[in-house]
Amino acid sequence: MTPTRKRRLIAIGLIVAAVGIATALTVFALQQNMTYLFSPSEIDAGKSPADSSFRLGGVVLEHSLQRSPDSLKVDFVVTDRFHNLPVEYTGILPDLFREGQSIVATGKLQGNHFVATEVLAKHDETYMPKEVADAIAKAKAANLSPKN
Amino acid sequence: MSPELGQFSLILALLLAFVQFTLPIYGAWRGNATLIGLARPVVAGQAVFVVLAFALLTYAFVTQDFSVAYVAQNSNLSLPWYYRFPAVWGAHEGSLLLWILILNVWTVAVATFSRRLPDALMARVLGVLGFISFGFLLFTIATSNPFLRHLPALADGNDLNPILQDPGLIMHPPMLYTGYVGFSVAFAFAIAALLGGELDIAWVRWARPWTNVAWAFLTLGISLGSWWAYYVLGWGGWWFWDPVENASFMPWLVGTALIHSQAVTEKRGSFRAWTLLLSIFAFSLSLLGTFLVRSGVLTSVHAFASDPKRGTFILIFLGVVVGGSLVIYALRAPKVAGGKAFKFLSRETLLLINNLLFACAAAMVLLGTLYPLIGDALGVGRISVGPPYFGFMFVLLMLPVVCLIPLGPFFRWAMADWRSTLRALRPAFVVAVIAAIAAKLMTHDLPLRGVVGVAASLWVGIGILLYASNRVRTAPRGRRFTPEMLGMILAHFGVAVFLAGVLLVEATSIERDLRAAPKEVVEIGGLGFRFEGVQRTQGPNYIADEGTIDVLQGDSVLTTMHPQKRAYSSGSAPQTIAAIKPGLFSDLYVALGEPLDNGAWSVRIYVKPFVRWIWMGGLFMMFGGFIAATDRRFRTLPARADEKTAAPASNVAQAAT
Repeated sequence: MTPTRKRRLIAIGLIVAAVGIATALTVFALQQNMTYLFSPSEIDAGKSPADSSFRLGGVVLEHSLQRSPDSLKVDFVVTDRFHNLPVEYTGILPDLFREGQSIVATGKLQGNHFVATEVLAKHDETYMPKEVADAIAKAKAANLSPKN
Repeated sequence: MSPELGQFSLILALLLAFVQFTLPIYGAWRGNATLIGLARPVVAGQAVFVVLAFALLTYAFVTQDFSVAYVAQNSNLSLPWYYRFPAVWGAHEGSLLLWILILNVWTVAVATFSRRLPDALMARVLGVLGFISFGFLLFTIATSNPFLRHLPALADGNDLNPILQDPGLIMHPPMLYTGYVGFSVAFAFAIAALLGGELDIAWVRWARPWTNVAWAFLTLGISLGSWWAYYVLGWGGWWFWDPVENASFMPWLVGTALIHSQAVTEKRGSFRAWTLLLSIFAFSLSLLGTFLVRSGVLTSVHAFASDPKRGTFILIFLGVVVGGSLVIYALRAPKVAGGKAFKFLSRETLLLINNLLFACAAAMVLLGTLYPLIGDALGVGRISVGPPYFGFMFVLLMLPVVCLIPLGPFFRWAMADWRSTLRALRPAFVVAVIAAIAAKLMTHDLPLRGVVGVAASLWVGIGILLYASNRVRTAPRGRRFTPEMLGMILAHFGVAVFLAGVLLVEATSIERDLRAAPKEVVEIGGLGFRFEGVQRTQGPNYIADEGTIDVLQGDSVLTTMHPQKRAYSSGSAPQTIAAIKPGLFSDLYVALGEPLDNGAWSVRIYVKPFVRWIWMGGLFMMFGGFIAATDRRFRTLPARADEKTAAPASNVAQAAT
């Protein structure tokens, strides 16, 4: 092997190693921080992860909001109009949080209720996040088909 | 009548843009001086009509002409006059027109300030810019016409989105767009050089100041956006890794790589093909950013209204621009010559590492931003990629950058002496380590991030100051600081300020969300916060619940803060207006949550040390970019001899710059 070739081989080896490490790290970081969105119907069907964090999309059920008298804890129900899921959250709700409006909450399932660490409502009140709309449409399709 | 004139102006501008990208480029190809000569007058003509269209839309807003649908949607009678100007670019149609206006300003600037360039090259540059303008004008006229009438005229309009009714927003979009669009100039130079086959390094020297100015504007735009999000979105964050933010950050990352790679290509002739490629990518990412923001394919906290038809158009345009330029690149790049040889330990290598890391960072952000789209297309579910992904990867990629920044200026071109560099930088290293240890010992609970912040900031900051003092000692008077070098020093010093801000605010912020009853005192960060209750107040076009919170130091009132919760008369969503007491070393940040029972409210109280340093760092970087661009060297023609056999004297001067 000539010195030039040897040098090139080392260089290529280093590049391959660097790309490999970079890919591994990226995949690792992506997997750690990827969260899926589920509707209450999908959660009811047991599709959501049992002990890792995910996002819940749906509409806040009318007249379901209850505040704790001495802390910032709130309880409400998120629905896709077919299944309901009680949600617990401690903190300040976003400006656009209303009963009857769509939200996306991040958190974990604990028993039969969802403990949220973050609640997002969208800036535009006429706007339903596409993924929430999709989730509700899917729930509709799934829940209507057996009956028809 | 005037909206129709505006529409007409846009169509005329479109026709002129068509002429601008066809005839001069054809003329440059055929060597036809008449057609080449057409470029500048056509540029001027197009700009006149675009300015006219923009002025007419502004006029419609100022006079509240609600027969124009766009005006009716984005303003109303109670909108104060000073918000009628930013309302012009407050939504999709107008912000596209702003995009086009800024592109025309850049084009006119290039045509005006580049009189010394060869005519054929100039014709090609202006032609490429004309093509971009043509695409956006066509897009505006076909899918997003701001002059559409709504007849009969409405008595009152809807409203400008309340979160946009803010002084920060008057400046943010124009600055951001000026940066975004400014990369089109570097792009146009690169494509023109490829088209003409003039792949010597001359084009890089001419493109450099434009790239620097565009980068400086983008830096300012992103900093303003971050500052605006901090006080408007009401939860005290300064960066969210939101798709819309990423859209502006990706061109910035590639732009940062580009200004460094241009320096190597211009001075040493190396990395020529890479510089061409980065020029193409920087602008392509600007276009992609526009696509991501404007098509609404991504769910974002900004959540602008969107339309799939528009997305398709921009996607096709993006395909034509990126695909076309990559094809031209592939055809021409094999002819690109190499530069001067360099050893492993050299400034070239350091800048190569800089370029690799910044390009990787941009690719990482791109992957994270598009991943939900890819997941959706492949049917694996509705995914979102959380901020920790970006945070982790970004820190990982930028860590080597921070370590190497102070070495850069000390390392010489071609072959560096690492011993003398390390000797020169020893004080910075020692001070950084001692200060980090002292910070850890003096504050009991400073997290690792804060310690790293102190060390990294001092290492970079002192390192760069050491270089400045080294110049003062060794360089001859009058040649110590060229604008280019001064800009470099300022921008890198800005990195130090920024690092201190980011890492200290992330490490030492105190954030409390709590239930505050009237007259209750809460102790946070050594200060007492006494909630005095909430009162109704009236603004020009809103009613607000205004809270009063006394900040107590011991028994005396340090300051009184008035956060608001606004309900706009147009009936749109309520707005949280945080009260901020800014300070060089610490901000106090108070925002109202919701009313609870018995006059109590939920309240956010934050103490944010060093948060201003984040934007101060951005300002330093911006000034660095502007100052570097003023270097007179960029306006001279590179001497041919310089490229082949540089005299020893000029070699030394170059090595130092």
